[in-house]
Amino acid sequence: MSRTPPSGVQSGYDVVIVGGGVAGLAAAWRTARRGLSAAVIDPSPGGGATHASAGMLAPVSEVTYTEEPLLRLGLASLAAWPAFRAELEDETGADLDYRTEGTLEVARGADDMAVLDDLAAFERTLGLRVERLTGRECRSFEPMLSPSVRGGLLARDDAWVNPRRVVRALLAAFEKAGGMLVNERVTGIDAQGPGAPRVRLESGGAVTAGQVVVAAGSWSASLLPGLPVRPVKGEILRLRGPRGFLTRCVRGLVHGSPAYLVPRGDGEITLGATTQEMGYDARVTAGGVYELLRDARELVPGITELELAETTTGFRPGTPDNLPLIGPAGPPGVLAATGHGRNGVLLSPVTADAVAAFLTGDEVPPVARFCDPGRFSQ
Amino acid sequence: MTDDVLVLGGEKFTSRLIMGTGGAPSLEVLDQALEASGTELTTVAMRRLDPESRGSVLELLRVRGIKVLPNTAGCFTAGEAVLTARLAREALETDWVKLEVIADERTLLPDPIETFDAAERLVADGFTVLPYIGDDPALARRLQDAGCAAVMPLGAPIGSGLGIRNPHSIELIVEAATVPVILDAGIGTASDAALAMELGCDAVLLASAVTRAHRPGLMAAAMRQAVTAGRLARLAGRIPRRRYAEASSPARAS
Repeated sequence: MSRTPPSGVQSGYDVVIVGGGVAGLAAAWRTARRGLSAAVIDPSPGGGATHASAGMLAPVSEVTYTEEPLLRLGLASLAAWPAFRAELEDETGADLDYRTEGTLEVARGADDMAVLDDLAAFERTLGLRVERLTGRECRSFEPMLSPSVRGGLLARDDAWVNPRRVVRALLAAFEKAGGMLVNERVTGIDAQGPGAPRVRLESGGAVTAGQVVVAAGSWSASLLPGLPVRPVKGEILRLRGPRGFLTRCVRGLVHGSPAYLVPRGDGEITLGATTQEMGYDARVTAGGVYELLRDARELVPGITELELAETTTGFRPGTPDNLPLIGPAGPPGVLAATGHGRNGVLLSPVTADAVAAFLTGDEVPPVARFCDPGRFSQ
Repeated sequence: MTDDVLVLGGEKFTSRLIMGTGGAPSLEVLDQALEASGTELTTVAMRRLDPESRGSVLELLRVRGIKVLPNTAGCFTAGEAVLTARLAREALETDWVKLEVIADERTLLPDPIETFDAAERLVADGFTVLPYIGDDPALARRLQDAGCAAVMPLGAPIGSGLGIRNPHSIELIVEAATVPVILDAGIGTASDAALAMELGCDAVLLASAVTRAHRPGLMAAAMRQAVTAGRLARLAGRIPRRRYAEASSPARAS
C-alpha cells in the first residue's frame, strides 16, 4: 500500500494532503472521488490523534455553554455520518463498528445530578433530545453501572465508531479511488516561488501540487507558522472484556472531571481521557492511568476485572475557540483542515465535504463558515 | 480611588480580583473572561501544563500583561508542594507561589499541617508564599508570623459556590492580619465577592464562579464590579445595624 517517491521533485498531483489522520484521509477520499488526482503524505497514517481517539460521535451529550457553533457543526456532521459510513463500508467491505445506541450520562450524587439537570435544560432550549432517567432506569439500561448512580440523561441521537477501523477503511477507499499514499515525513511547505505550493519531504525530495491541504493535526502550526493550533495532550486506556459488558457510551462527572467508557462490538472498552497542556510530552503518567481507572471504576465498578490492554497518548489539535480550521490558510493554493480538538472523528464528514468543495470551487457547506482559519486575525 | 492599591509581596496592584484559569471551556472564553475581570494576577496549576508550550494559558497571560501566580494544586504533601514550587520558579522565573496542599479529594479542603510545613520551607527558600487555608484565625496568624506574604482563607470548599459560610471567622482573620487577606474559594456569585470585601478582605481569588458560568465574560464583569463595590463599602464604613427604624430625616437636627 505504501509507496516512497523517487528522489527529486514529483509533480502532477492536483492536490496533496499533508497528514493522514481521520480528517486528512476523509478529505483525501472525497477529493479523489471528485476526480482530482490526490496524494496523502504521512509516515504513519492514522498514527496521530486518531489512534488515541475514542471515536465518539456525541455532539448532544458533549454540548457546552458558549459553544453553540461547535454544536451546530457537530450536529451537521453527525447527520452526515450514516451516509458517510454506508458509502465507506460498501466501498471497502469494512465494518466500522458504527453504533447508535446513544450516550448515557450518569450522576452519582445530588450535586452532580443538579449539574446534569442544568445541562438537560440547556440541551432542551437548543432543541436537543434528552431523556431524564432515574438511577434504577439507568441501571436497567446498563446493569454494570454502580448502584450509587442516582440518575442520568440518555442522549439517543449520539453515536460512536471505531476510529482505527475508519482510518483503515478510508485508506483503502482512497487508494481504490486512485489516490496515492506517500509514507514520508513533511518538513516544510514552500508557499512562494516557482512551483509553489511545494511540499518538502524529509528524504530530501519534494512534491508539487495545484493545491495543498494541511491536515497535520497539532503539528500543522510547524508547517503554517501562525496557524492557531496547539497540542492538547490526552491519555486514554483500552480494556478488554466480554462482549456486551456495556451496550452504550457511558459518561459521568467524577470529582468534577468528565469520564467516559466507550464499548466496542468485540468487547474492548475505551476509557478516557485526561487533558493537559504539556506540549509534545508523549509519556503516559502513573497519575493519568490511576485517575482514569479510578474515575471509571466509580461509574462501573466491574471494570477492575478486565484486562488493561493498552495505554495511549495523543495530541488533540486545539484551537482558541475549540472550532476547527478549515479553508484557505493564507498562501495561495494552501488550505488548512485541522484544529478539530477532541472532535476529529465526529467532524470528518463535514470537513471532507468542505475541503472538497473548497478544492473544486463548489459551494461550501453553510456550517463551514464557523471554521475560517483567518477568523482570529479579524 | 486610584490611590487605593493592593500591595502584595512588595508589588502594587490596582485590581483586587485574582483569577484562576481552571474550568474554562476554551482559551478564547478564558481570554474574554480575564479581560472582563480586569485582573492583574492570575493563578495557574503547574502540574497540568508545560511552561514551554506555545499558545497555552501562559502565553495568553503574557499577551495580556497579567502576572502569573503558579499554584501547587493537586499536591497532598508538603514535599510535593515544595518540589512543585521549585519547578515553577525555575520554569517561570518567579518566586511567587500560591501554596495549596489538599487533605482529601472529596472535600479538597487544605491540610493545615502540611501547608504550614511547606510554607516554612518555602519562606526559608526565598519564596513569596500565598497559602490557601481553611477559615482558621489561629492558623492564619501562625502563617503570617512564619513570613507568608498573604493568607488566603476559603469561604467554602473549592468549586462549591456556597459563598462565605463563616463570615465571623473571616472577620477575625482580617482583624489580626498583618499581611493581606485574600478570600480564596467558595465564591458562587457576585454578592459573595462583595461580601468578602465588606468583611475587610484585601482581595478575592476565584475561578469556577466565572469559568463555569453560562456566560463567563459577563460573570467576570460582575465580579470585577462586586469586588470594587465591596471595597468601597468597606472604606466608606457601614452604618450600625439596629432593631428598629431610625428616621433618615430627623425632626431635630443634632
